[in-house]
Amino acid sequence: MPQEYKLILKHADEPGYTPDIDCYLRHGGYEGLKKALAIQPKDLPDGKKMSPQEQIREDVKVSGLRGRGGAGFSCGLKWSFVDRRSGKPIYLICNADESEPGTFKDRQIMHKDPHQLIEGMIISCFANDVHLAYIYIRGEMPEGAKILIKALAEARAKNFLGKNILGTGYDLEMYVHRGAGAYICGEETGLIESLEGKRPYPRIKPPYFPAVLGLWMCPTIVNNVETLCNVKHIVEMGGANFAKLGTPNNTGTRIVSLSGQVKRPGYYEIEVGKATLGELINDPKFGGGLRDGRKLKAIIPGGSSSKVLKAGEKFKLKKKDAEGREVLVETDMLDLPYDFDSLAQAGTMSGSSAIIVMDDSVDIVETLANLSEFYAHESCGQCTPCREGALWMNKALQRMAHGQGRAGDADYLVKIADNIPGGRTICAFGEACSWPVQSFVGKFKDEFVAKGVADEARRAKEVAAPGEIKQLAGAH
Amino acid sequence: MSTTATTEPKPAAPAIEKIKVKVDGREIEVPKLMPDWTGKLTPTTMIQACELAKTDVPHYCYHPKLPIAGNCRMCLVEFGTPALGPDRKPVLNPDGSAKIAKSPRPAIACATPISPGMEIYNNTPAVKQMREGVLEFLLINHPLDCPICDQAGECKLQEYSVDYGQSASRFVEAKVHKPKAVDLGPRIMLDDERCILCTRCVRFTRDIAGDDKLGIVNRGSYNTIAAYPGTQFDNNYTLNTVDICPVGALTSKDFRFQMRVWFLKETKSLCNSCGTGCNVLVSSREEKMYRYTPRENDAVNGPWMCDAGRLNYKWVHSENRLKDVLKRAVGQGTQVKTTWLTAISEISDLLKRTPVGSVAIIASAKQTNEELYLLAKLKTKLGAVSDSVEHTGAADRLLVSADKNPNTNGARLNGICFTEIGSNLPQIAQGIASGKIKTLVVFGEDVTTQGIGPDLLAKLDTLIVSDILSTPTTQLAHYVLPGAAHVEKRGSFTNTKGRVQKFMKAIEAPGDARPEWEFLHDLVLNVTGLNGYVTIEGLFNQMAAEVPGFAGLTWAGLGDTGVTVTI
Repeated sequence: MPQEYKLILKHADEPGYTPDIDCYLRHGGYEGLKKALAIQPKDLPDGKKMSPQEQIREDVKVSGLRGRGGAGFSCGLKWSFVDRRSGKPIYLICNADESEPGTFKDRQIMHKDPHQLIEGMIISCFANDVHLAYIYIRGEMPEGAKILIKALAEARAKNFLGKNILGTGYDLEMYVHRGAGAYICGEETGLIESLEGKRPYPRIKPPYFPAVLGLWMCPTIVNNVETLCNVKHIVEMGGANFAKLGTPNNTGTRIVSLSGQVKRPGYYEIEVGKATLGELINDPKFGGGLRDGRKLKAIIPGGSSSKVLKAGEKFKLKKKDAEGREVLVETDMLDLPYDFDSLAQAGTMSGSSAIIVMDDSVDIVETLANLSEFYAHESCGQCTPCREGALWMNKALQRMAHGQGRAGDADYLVKIADNIPGGRTICAFGEACSWPVQSFVGKFKDEFVAKGVADEARRAKEVAAPGEIKQLAGAH
Repeated sequence: MSTTATTEPKPAAPAIEKIKVKVDGREIEVPKLMPDWTGKLTPTTMIQACELAKTDVPHYCYHPKLPIAGNCRMCLVEFGTPALGPDRKPVLNPDGSAKIAKSPRPAIACATPISPGMEIYNNTPAVKQMREGVLEFLLINHPLDCPICDQAGECKLQEYSVDYGQSASRFVEAKVHKPKAVDLGPRIMLDDERCILCTRCVRFTRDIAGDDKLGIVNRGSYNTIAAYPGTQFDNNYTLNTVDICPVGALTSKDFRFQMRVWFLKETKSLCNSCGTGCNVLVSSREEKMYRYTPRENDAVNGPWMCDAGRLNYKWVHSENRLKDVLKRAVGQGTQVKTTWLTAISEISDLLKRTPVGSVAIIASAKQTNEELYLLAKLKTKLGAVSDSVEHTGAADRLLVSADKNPNTNGARLNGICFTEIGSNLPQIAQGIASGKIKTLVVFGEDVTTQGIGPDLLAKLDTLIVSDILSTPTTQLAHYVLPGAAHVEKRGSFTNTKGRVQKFMKAIEAPGDARPEWEFLHDLVLNVTGLNGYVTIEGLFNQMAAEVPGFAGLTWAGLGDTGVTVTI
C-alpha cells in the first residue's frame, strides 16, 4: 500500500512546530550543516586529496537527486557544470518563484520550516564555494518573504550565516529578493535578469548558461526550494542511503500538490515512484477519490504546462521482466508510477509535481481557455512565437468559450500551437503555453469540434432570424 | 608628412585558425573567430558562416554592429555535428565520411557558434515552415498599412513575406491595438502597432549612443517600445534607430510622408558637416534631395551618422542660392548678370596683369581636394598669400568632430592653409589695409565675419568671390561665381584622420551655378598656361602625382570607402 513518506515535511505539520530557529534546533536543525562543515579531506587511492566540498558534491551525484522545480535535471550534474576556474565568484540562487498553476509545495516549506531551506542552502553554498546567495521569492508571497527574512536574521545571530561560520573560516551571506509578480521569473535566466534589476527576459543559451555566465555574468547555480532542502538530507543520511528512497533514477521523496475535484486536495510527500497517479487520486490516505457520483475525465499530472492525460488512456511503459530484459507493458494512465521517467514515457511530465484532477463536470474548452489566459498574461513577450502565439491561442479560446466557436477551431488552435515549441523560443515557456493546447485539443478534439459546430448552427439560426445581426466576437 | 598612401592600417593580427563547415551541403572554410559587434574576436556564429557562404539567413533582430538579442526567431536553422561514438571518436559512414548527428532542435543562427565539421541547413522544409510560422506571428497584430507606411519598399516584413509569407491570413481574432504616432522625440515618430519588438533601437541607444532612454513597457503581446516616462528620446544619434528599424515603426519626422522610397535615386556621397566625413547615401528625386542615410564604412563611421549631419542638407535648396554669374563694375553699386565666358576671361586678364604679391586667396576648407589643388596652382603663379577659415564646434565621443570643415586636411595638404588654420588672415587684412593687396579671391567663405569687413573690402581693386549661398561678401564682390554644393558635383575630401574619400554627384546645380573645379580649371589654364585634366578622375590623379600628401593615390583606387593617408 502506498504511504506518505515525510522527509522534508517531517516536522512541518506537527502540532506545536513553529518556524523559529529554536524550534528547528530542538528538532535536530543545523546538524547537517555541522556535519558538512566537519568533513575532512579524504585521501584517494591515487594519492590525491578530495576536498570536503568535492565530497559533498560527489555525494549529491550519488544520491541521484533530480531537480524538483520542473525539468527534473540531475542536481549533481548541474553542479558539475559550474565554471570553477574563471576566478569569478560563484553565486547560488534559490528559485522560490513557485508560480506554476497547481503547485503549492515550496510555500509549505518556506512558511513552516524556513530553516530547513536555509540549512540546505548553506550546505549547497559550502559545497560549491559560494559566498553570496539569494532566495528569489515570488512577489505574491509576501508572508513567505517575511518569514525567510526573519529566519535569515536568526541564522545570522547564531553564526550559521555571516563571517567565519561556526568558527570554520567559511563566510556566506544570504539575502531574500522579492519578485514583482511574473511567472517568467521562475525561468532561471529570467530570474537572474530580474535579480539584476532588469525585465525578466530569459537569456539566450548559448552563450548565457548560468553555470558559466549567470548572475552578473558569473557562474551561478539556480536550484528549487525543495531540491536545496534535499541536499541537507543527503548530507545527513548519505547519498547512497538517499538513493534507496524512491525508485532507481527517481530517488528521494517528492511533495505532490494535489488539487482539483478530489475529496482531499492538499500536499502529500511520497517516495518518488512509490505511488501511482490512481493511488494519489483515489487512496484514502491521499486524494480520497472523486466526489460522489463523478467520473474522472482528465488529469494534468505535473503543473498546468504538462500535457493532459485523458481518463482511460493507455501507455506502453518500458519495464524489466524477471530475466532483466526490457519489455513494454501496457499501462493505464491511473497505473502510471508518479515519477519522472514514467510520465515522460507517457508523453507528459511530472514537472513541479502538481496534479490537477478534473471530473466529468468540467468543460474542457473552458478549462483550456482558463489555462491559456494565464499563459497569454504571463508571456514575457521577448521572442516572437510565444509572445504572439500565446495571446492568439487565448483569444481563439476565449471566443470559443463565449459561444463564438467554429467547427474548424480545433485544427486552427493546433496549427498555432505547433508553431511555438521545439526550440523555436528562447525559453521553455514556448512549450509551457503550447503543450496544454496541443494535448487538450489532441485528446478531446471531439468536444472542441462539437462546440464549434453547435456555435455555428446557433449563429446561423440567429442570422436567419430577423432583427439583430451578430458577428464573430472580436472579428475585424 | 609622409608621402605614402596606405589603406586603413590593420593591427598585425595573429593568423586565425580556419575550420570547415558545410552550409546547405557546400563545404567552406571559415575563420574560427570573427569580430563581434564591438570588433572583438569571438567564436564565429552560424549567421557569419552563412554570410561567408553567400547564403542569406533572414533576420530582424540581428545586426552585426549591435549586441545579439536572439528574439525574433527568424534566423532559425537546422544543424548537425559529427556524431561521436562511445569512445568519443567520430563515427564514420561506410564511405569514410563523418556521420552527422542532426540536432533534434533548431538553433538561432545569430547566436550559435559553429564547430568543426558542423553542417548548417538553411533551406530545409522544416526551416521554411518555422520561418513561415514566425512571420505569421509577426504579422497577425501588424496593421498591414503598407500603402501609407514610409518603410514600404525597404521593409523586412515585406521582403521576407515574398519568401515566407502566406497570401491570406487565417487570423480571425481582434488585433492588439497600441499607440500610434507616438512623439518619441524631436526627430522620431513611433508607430507601436508596426513594431515587431526586435529591440534594435533599444540596444542601439543603450550600447552605441550611450543614452539608455528606450525600453519596453507592458507584457507579452502588449509589449510596447517607449521612452523613459516623462522624457524625450533626444540625443544626436536618434535617427539611426530609423535606419535600423527593420519595419515602419520608427520614422523620421523629417522624411515621413515625403516620398515613396522606390522613387528615390541613391548616390554615394559624404556628409560635409564636420571633419569626420561620414559616408552617406543621398536620396534624391528630380533634382531634389529627400534624405541622407549613413553608408557603412568601418574605417570612418561604421553604419551610423549623427542627426545634425543627417539633417544638414536643406540649405542646398535654399532660396538664397547664387544662380547667376554677377559682375559689378569698379565704382558701381549694383551687380549685374553676366556670363561665365565673360567673367572668366575678364578675371583671367585681371589676374594675369596683377603684380606678383598683390593677390590674396581665401579658400574654404569646404572645397574639394581638387579645387584646392587648382587654387594652389593660382597661388603659386600669382605669388599670393593664402589661407582658409577655421570653423569649430562641439565634438562628441562617437562621430562628431570639433572641426566643422570637411576638408581641413585637404587644404593643408594642398598648401592653401597651414597647421594653424586661419593664421594668415590677419596678415591678409593688414595687407589690404596697407594697400599691398589689391586683389582678393574668396572661395566659400564670408570674410566679413573674419576681420575683413566691408571697409577693408572697399579698398580692393578687385574682389572675386565664389560661393553657393549669397553672403555679405558676395554682395560686395566685383565678380560673383556661383558654385555647386558637394552633392551637385564630384570630388574628394580628406577627413581629420587623413581618410581621402570621394563623393558622387546626386543632383544638378541650379541656374548657372557650376562645380568650382570646372571653372577653376579654365582660370588656371588662362592664367598659368597649365592645361590640366578636364575630368575629375584626371584632375585627382594629376594632384596625386604632384602633391606629396596624396602620393600613390588614384581616383579609382579610392573605391567607395576611401584610402587613408598619413597626416
